Amino acid sequence: MLELRDVRVVFDGFHALDGVDLTVPEGELRFLIGPNGAGKTTLIDVITGLTRPAAGTVTFDGHDLVGRKEHRIVRLGVGRTFQTSVVFEELSVVENLDLAACFRRPLWSLARRRKGVSQAVEEALTRTGLEELADRSAGVLSHGQRQWLELGMLLAQRPRLLLLDEPVAGMSREERERTGELLTQIAADHTVIVVEHDMEFLRRHASKVTVLHEGKVLVEGSVEQVSADPRVQEVYLGRKPSDAVGK
Amino acid sequence: MEALVNQLPIGLSIGAVLLLVALGLTFTFGQMGVINMAHGEFIMAGAYTAFLLQDLLLALPAAFLVAGLMGLILERAAIRHFYGRPLDTLLLTWGVSLVLQQLARDLFGAPNVQVAAPPWLTGAIGILPYNRLFILALAVAGVVAVWAYLGHTRQGRRTQAVVQNRQLAATSGIDTGRVDMLTFFIGSGLAGVAGVALTLIGPVGPALGTYYIVDAFLVVVAGGLGQLRGAVLAAAGLGLLNSYAEFWSDASLAKVIVFAAVIAFLQVRPQGMFVLRSRALT
Amino acid sequence: MIRKHLPFATIAVLALVAAPLLLEPFRLSLLAKYLCYAIVALGIGLAWGQGGMLTLGQGVFFGLGGYSMAMYLKLAEGGGLPDFMVWSGVEELPALWTPFANPVFALGMAVLGPVAIAVVLGTLVFRQRVRGAYFAILTQALAAAMVILLVGQQGLTGGTNGMTNFFDLFGADLAADSTQRGLYLVVAGVLGVLYLATRQLVNSRFGRLLVAVRDGEDRVRFLGYNPATVKTVTFAASAGMAGLAGALFVPVVGIISPALLGVVPSLELVVAVAVGGRHALAGAVLGAVLMGYAKTAFSEQFADGWLYLQGALFILVMTLAPKGIAGILGRWRSARAT
Repeated sequence: MLELRDVRVVFDGFHALDGVDLTVPEGELRFLIGPNGAGKTTLIDVITGLTRPAAGTVTFDGHDLVGRKEHRIVRLGVGRTFQTSVVFEELSVVENLDLAACFRRPLWSLARRRKGVSQAVEEALTRTGLEELADRSAGVLSHGQRQWLELGMLLAQRPRLLLLDEPVAGMSREERERTGELLTQIAADHTVIVVEHDMEFLRRHASKVTVLHEGKVLVEGSVEQVSADPRVQEVYLGRKPSDAVGK
Repeated sequence: MEALVNQLPIGLSIGAVLLLVALGLTFTFGQMGVINMAHGEFIMAGAYTAFLLQDLLLALPAAFLVAGLMGLILERAAIRHFYGRPLDTLLLTWGVSLVLQQLARDLFGAPNVQVAAPPWLTGAIGILPYNRLFILALAVAGVVAVWAYLGHTRQGRRTQAVVQNRQLAATSGIDTGRVDMLTFFIGSGLAGVAGVALTLIGPVGPALGTYYIVDAFLVVVAGGLGQLRGAVLAAAGLGLLNSYAEFWSDASLAKVIVFAAVIAFLQVRPQGMFVLRSRALT
Repeated sequence: MIRKHLPFATIAVLALVAAPLLLEPFRLSLLAKYLCYAIVALGIGLAWGQGGMLTLGQGVFFGLGGYSMAMYLKLAEGGGLPDFMVWSGVEELPALWTPFANPVFALGMAVLGPVAIAVVLGTLVFRQRVRGAYFAILTQALAAAMVILLVGQQGLTGGTNGMTNFFDLFGADLAADSTQRGLYLVVAGVLGVLYLATRQLVNSRFGRLLVAVRDGEDRVRFLGYNPATVKTVTFAASAGMAGLAGALFVPVVGIISPALLGVVPSLELVVAVAVGGRHALAGAVLGAVLMGYAKTAFSEQFADGWLYLQGALFILVMTLAPKGIAGILGRWRSARAT
């Protein structure tokens, strides 16, 4: 469904992505990990049109995504969240969700007042557990709630491919668990790519993992395979496994 | 062909004045995120300083000081409370600009006044009049001074650090307040020098600044924020375009042509000629 | 429901019934002038307050509307060439002028001309993600260029003096009190209708989208919308309002000239909106009327003092009450409620 071939991104001489190949089939839940600066977020930026690659191809469902504007990519069914969750603080929770759900409608039809709550919004509210806060302004939400709202907005978009950039960063233990459940639900009927640092979260929820390192794909495989790989240990622990044994 | 050559010094000297004005704007905008509409009145202050002194060589440092101090006071008294809110500062400083213009009208009268050019500036080398050459030299000196300051002094490097990342600069021990004051002082001072330069090619009036401030802002837009190279190229380009457009079409269409050219340029380089690449989602 | 509409209804009755009965004709036509400015302010409130686009060039659109109307009025008088053309030695009516003899064309151009310019400028600028201060600077440059163009094209536009000496409108004597009263009612009615329409738009989904674009344009792209379209539509609407206001202004005040639409008048209207409160549409309208009144009152008393006062007022508003009168009222109301 999503296919990246030899994607390269250069920022002022720094190779953020240095020839990445990635294939994600329909219905898969894929985790993307790697140390800081490995190019995980850049990869998401490339897929969603925020960053234009210097070389390489990105195809989604037969459509070439390179050079396409961000909102056009969303219209193809690719949605994303951001590391620093961005919601519209002056709008209420339900208004945030409603905006996310309405983008397929022609602009002129938005010139009317919103009446009631659409099904997509209702669903997003229940799934994220934000029903009680529906009419509160998004500005008063806690950090975790904002991330859920962002997830909810993504769901309300009804995308086919979801890209989540560190969905549990800064969350408490309970919040992480709730997010994990939510993720499992979402993954049941969507294709999802998750960028995550949190190893425990990874072990609990990941099936297939791609490890990025210095702009390249280092390893790809199941959690067990990946965590047993000596190259991954070296990258993460900064030493060779033999050293670790020696100590 | 002759016209092509004759317009050249006119265009370049207008560009030189625009550059002196735009240098201050591009750095205050780039560094502090403020838009100072009263900057035009610093030009006017410099020009009236020259009128009071009637001595070009004395007027240059005096105008730099007068305008610089005005900028410093404005920054400390009002603008520093508005960092990162360009639209609010634009409106705030417009109020200041109104007051300053009216003040000039009350102090010096509404009619324009003249500053006598020194005798050694009358004459020309071929098609290049001395006074226009002098203005060009002033702009070159200004750019070299700013470049040397930014690249080769401690304070200048601190300034660049603040431009690139204010918070990081502050946490690494740079007194950003001092840096801001200095930037404002130097930028405003240069506008004062531009005002002295303008007395060499025309009369001085309370509204002098308003004629140049809009074009100087266009230089900032086209050149790219806080970019020395961009400001130089954009100022030269806009100055030349202005004078050639005035010559070939008619004076009233020139500004429309310049405006259209800037919009067209933004289609190719929406963030100006030079830009720092950043990944931040603003 | 009734409570919600009460303030608007009260003001509407006051404006439409009480003012024409109570005010002397001279004051009434002054009020009509302020209401014309209020229409422009409404557009600024929409574009700037709701959409975050600080437009410093509304005078351009106001002027296009005004000049369209003035051209029609000049041609409707009959008797050959307009007076100023005779003075500047023009012998034949310029081709640009001919269609403006038709009032429908003139009124249409008064609104569609500004809309067209706003659409072209907006598309070119917003598409390239030029925004914020850059957009403000560009609109200001447009206002500056427009004035120089109008002044320079003496034979077409009447130059610095602009156009004045209009005598009748659709056969009615413009000097007559009854005509001025009728004009006042038209202006007040147009303002009321536009206010309601704009409020409806602000409360609609489009209004929410506009606020979202203002607060996080880049994020909106990832919700599948093109912010450039949203902004262009809004900017065009505000330009159309300014154009219509200009067209109404000319018969009310009897003059249109470059001095009424340059950088300074454009900024003055933005100031008025800021004073009234940029985030509330009613604040924008109120600000325009108050500032118009203050300008008349103070310029009558001491001509030069007005500039000091305006400058000082503006510095004070920006530093002490950036949300303007509407912001102060809102705070007072919520303080009373708790």
